[in-house]
Amino acid sequence: MTSTELIIRVRGLTRDYEMGAERVQALRGVDLDIPRNEYVAVMGPSGSGKSTLMNLIGCLDTPTAGQYWLNATEVSRMTDDDLARVRNREIGFVFQTFNLLPRATALHNVELPLIYAGVSARVRRARAAHALDRVGLADRAHHRPNELSGGQRQRVAIARALVNDPSILLADEPTGNLDSATSAEIMAVFNDLHRQGQTIIMVTHEQDIAAHAHRVVTLHDGRVDSDTIRHAA
Amino acid sequence: MQMFEAVRLALQTIWANKMKTAFSVIGVFIGVTFLIAVVSVVEGMNNYMTDRFAGTLLGVNTFHLRRFPNFQTGEVTEEMWRSWVRRPRISYEDATAVSEAITVPHVSAWESANRTTLEYRGKLARDIEVIAATERWFEIRNLPIAAGRAFSGQEVRAGTPVVVLGWELTERLFEGRDALGKEVKIQGIPYRVIGMVEKQGNLFGISLDKFAVTTAYAPAKRFVNPPGVVDALMVQTNSLGELQIAIAEAEAVMRTRRHLRPSEDNTFAIETADAVLDFWAKINRILMIALPGLVAISLVVGAIVIMNIMLMSVAERTREIGIRKSLGARRRDILSQFLVESATIATVGAAVGVGTGLAGAALVNAATPLPAAVAPWSILVGVALGAGVGIVAGIYPASRAARLDPISAIRHET
Repeated sequence: MTSTELIIRVRGLTRDYEMGAERVQALRGVDLDIPRNEYVAVMGPSGSGKSTLMNLIGCLDTPTAGQYWLNATEVSRMTDDDLARVRNREIGFVFQTFNLLPRATALHNVELPLIYAGVSARVRRARAAHALDRVGLADRAHHRPNELSGGQRQRVAIARALVNDPSILLADEPTGNLDSATSAEIMAVFNDLHRQGQTIIMVTHEQDIAAHAHRVVTLHDGRVDSDTIRHAA
Repeated sequence: MQMFEAVRLALQTIWANKMKTAFSVIGVFIGVTFLIAVVSVVEGMNNYMTDRFAGTLLGVNTFHLRRFPNFQTGEVTEEMWRSWVRRPRISYEDATAVSEAITVPHVSAWESANRTTLEYRGKLARDIEVIAATERWFEIRNLPIAAGRAFSGQEVRAGTPVVVLGWELTERLFEGRDALGKEVKIQGIPYRVIGMVEKQGNLFGISLDKFAVTTAYAPAKRFVNPPGVVDALMVQTNSLGELQIAIAEAEAVMRTRRHLRPSEDNTFAIETADAVLDFWAKINRILMIALPGLVAISLVVGAIVIMNIMLMSVAERTREIGIRKSLGARRRDILSQFLVESATIATVGAAVGVGTGLAGAALVNAATPLPAAVAPWSILVGVALGAGVGIVAGIYPASRAARLDPISAIRHET
């Protein structure tokens, strides 16, 4: 396995939405290659199609046209249930609003992907505890989200995203709901994960957050506007 | 997702929404409570009617020849009653002639009964059924002797003043001391206690253990019945078929003895357990036809309530569903989560209903003369109905949840 092996290969990715009688083209043919262990920020003004691209990369949605290979498997024509399996095994989501289950403990939240992967309860608990430990929250395992600070909640979400050892960590405005000190904390976690070999794709509109990434892809009107490598990966 | 996980998750959700759950299961709860309680009472009545009533009071494969029926199952008009009391009584000769005319194997006994007071060393037992009978009476009535012995045919013919006591009467007069060989007084005449009958319990709140049996020609006969007549001739055969033959023969003999023309009605009654059981079976059938209807109505209402609560629950938890889907839950995972949840809610309601129904049956048993016996099948049916209602009521909400689009579900604001 070389470090240049492609995790994501996208060709001519197009996504149209029907808005009443109107047809909105959110993506108009995007080409994108992302090799393993890259740290990419996707930027662009609102309406540029970055959320649509995230949903497609995250296998939450299927394209109107174009092709998408994830780990050399074409996922652009998959059924709902196959996509669910891909999300479960290959993708770890981190959302702006954390999206934790409010009534479940941190540990149980982290266990969720493993439940759908069919992992036995004992193994699940051990792996979830380990994932919480990786983000420095071992002592908060039995707290509920409302007993945690914003930064801690986002770290629980990161632990949940990582627990299934996904090919990509997909973060959608991960610091959008956090103050700058906490944002820096989360970015430090991301940097750490990247150093350990994790591929990260992050949607953001903040320049200083995007600055943590090694490559910045900018979208405009549903097309790739610029694609800059800032550091050697 | 495994079943166990799904049930655990459902129980957690139910626990977190105790009030909502309580309201949503009221229909199922009432239906199942009703089912268990009514079935228990009916079952109890059934046991009593077949075991105690038919078996003890009338005897199995037995008919009673009487002046008029002892157990009235229909309405008895004033006029009927007046004609009944004008009928001739059953004489010793009638009873003997009938016994002799029956060709199938049988045993027979005479019975006359009245209520009076018994005395033992100044202690009184009032309102006791004193029965003057012949020796096979115990056998036909299926009353085993617990201590001592029954009287013999010789003692019956000699009119020996001996008595066999019921359990409660023995307790009352002797208070745990040995009664055998002691003398109790009936109408001032001493009788030697020679035996005790096994405890029989209650029937519709009336004790079956407050009686004393003495020999048919004993002095007590004088106040029990006028000279030369009996209340009843009891005839027991080995089978129902033989019983029918015996009844036909008895009827023929009696009609001849009473010189009845073919157009005239019987001036005597032949009573069997069947007549009483038929009447009971009719009531039973009506109850068992009405019951499923009543239970079904409350279950349908229960299902509609549960379906609405589940739809609300799906709407409230749209975001949770979106999150679960983004983490890899397939349609069938979400579907089974909500189906199991709705089935669990309904089953919990049904289980509580079973408990309340059992408590209700126990209460009926303790507080009223109605006997109640829990039918195990009704518990199974109750719980199965609950789970079934939950699943049926959950199908539509669960499939709506399963079909939600993950992107819009996860952005859903609640």
